[in-house]
Amino acid sequence: MINFSNVSKSYGQDEVVKDITFKIAPKEFVSLVGRSGAGKSTLIRLLIGEDKPTKGRVIFGHYEVNRLKNHELPELRRHMGIVFQEFRLLPKKTAYENIVFAMEVAGKPQREIADTAMQVLDLVGLADKTGNFITELSGGEKQRVAIARAMVNRPDVVIADEPTGNLDPLNTWGIINLLIKINELGTTVILATHNKEIVNELERRVISIDGGRIIKDEEKGKYLLI
Amino acid sequence: MVTNLYRILKYGFQIFGRNSLASIATVSIMVFSAALFLALMLLGTVGKVAVETLKDKIDINVSFYENAPEDDILKLKESLSTLVEVKSVDYTSKDEALELFKKRHEADPVIIQALSEIDKNPLSASISIKAEDPSEYSAIAAYLNSGSFENIIDKVSYNQAQNQMLIDRLATLIRKVKIGWMLLTILLTVMTVIVSFITILLVIYNTKDEINIMRLVGASNAFIRGPYIFVGILYGLISAVIAFIVVSFLVWLAAPQLLLFVPGMNLWAYLLSRFFGLFGLTTLFGVAIGSISSSIVIKRYLVG
Repeated sequence: MINFSNVSKSYGQDEVVKDITFKIAPKEFVSLVGRSGAGKSTLIRLLIGEDKPTKGRVIFGHYEVNRLKNHELPELRRHMGIVFQEFRLLPKKTAYENIVFAMEVAGKPQREIADTAMQVLDLVGLADKTGNFITELSGGEKQRVAIARAMVNRPDVVIADEPTGNLDPLNTWGIINLLIKINELGTTVILATHNKEIVNELERRVISIDGGRIIKDEEKGKYLLI
Repeated sequence: MVTNLYRILKYGFQIFGRNSLASIATVSIMVFSAALFLALMLLGTVGKVAVETLKDKIDINVSFYENAPEDDILKLKESLSTLVEVKSVDYTSKDEALELFKKRHEADPVIIQALSEIDKNPLSASISIKAEDPSEYSAIAAYLNSGSFENIIDKVSYNQAQNQMLIDRLATLIRKVKIGWMLLTILLTVMTVIVSFITILLVIYNTKDEINIMRLVGASNAFIRGPYIFVGILYGLISAVIAFIVVSFLVWLAAPQLLLFVPGMNLWAYLLSRFFGLFGLTTLFGVAIGSISSSIVIKRYLVG
């Protein structure tokens, strides 16, 4: 499903990703771990087509992402749900309106929107907060809305870049359990994190990155970095 | 398709409303540009009519000897009518000239009394010749003075130099005013485009969160651009409507005064008769400025 083949990425003289090769199969739950600046976020940007590799190929399904033109990227991104540490929600809209907005701009038909928006909010445990404005929600609830938004267009993969970075331990596990639930429903999950505790508890595949290189890729892996 | 169009319009209206101050500033300057553009079109018409009116006032007047046979005069009229330089020839017989004279002076009993004391008609027959173009009067005058008609023509009244000078002066004045007006319109249009650029940039900055989300969830570039281009169009449309109303009101006020200076130019009637054309062109002008400036800025700063 996802195939990084000898991928390198440089910004000027600074090579931040160095000859990386790995594959992710459908329905896998993969943790990308590494310190800040290790290259996790760059890999995600390469995967979603926000950046192009200096060398190598990035394949997602039948898309060769590194060759996609600007106008072809939206079609690729409709197969992906992306979650960020800083939520990236619209604060002047309610939880429900945030979901509806994502569906509308993705071109979903009107008849589908109301039902699906309620279903995903129910899935993330916010059925009773649909009318709350984003500013009225806790950090954990905001991230749940962000996950609901990522899920609403039924993506093949959910990519979560440090989704628990701004959350307390209780909410952190709430979000991780939600990602596990999404994965169990059949969606591939890529979790970029430097949270050792989460990675060790998950007992799923771990790709460890350091200095722009993969230093370990193992099933039921542990967080190796200090 | 229809759903997407509806959503683009909906987001466009939301962007317009949420950036109301910037929108008002842009619309205000666009109103000036559109008003100048419309005024430029009207000025062109006024100038054209003014020159035509003046041209129409010029003619060559030929008066004939008292004993000139009417048949010879009519033959001359016929021959003049065949000249390509001649637009029209009007013949006034001795009797018609007398009737016109009496009518013109009917309020003056002294003149009417003096006329009745003369036994015969003291006025002579005449023809009035209008040329297709003022520059052709000299050729017509040369034809009349060629000698073929010296036995019937008493006098050819025509002041080529003065008439031509008047026409040239008016045409030059109108041309200069039009050029100045056009430069002003271009200058203001450029300023409008720059202000629109800045406004749309500001709007993009204010709505960058929405844009990022649109990109994340896979909204097409056309969908992302759509609301901003619509906002540009909306600016242009509103500006054109306001400009048209303002200029129409000014024309309504100025039309009676203008009629005194340029007889035959009822600018208000002209505006009403060309309402759809003028309104369409003004709207096209406003919409073009709005959509082009927003398209450029979006292409450059939004989705590349």
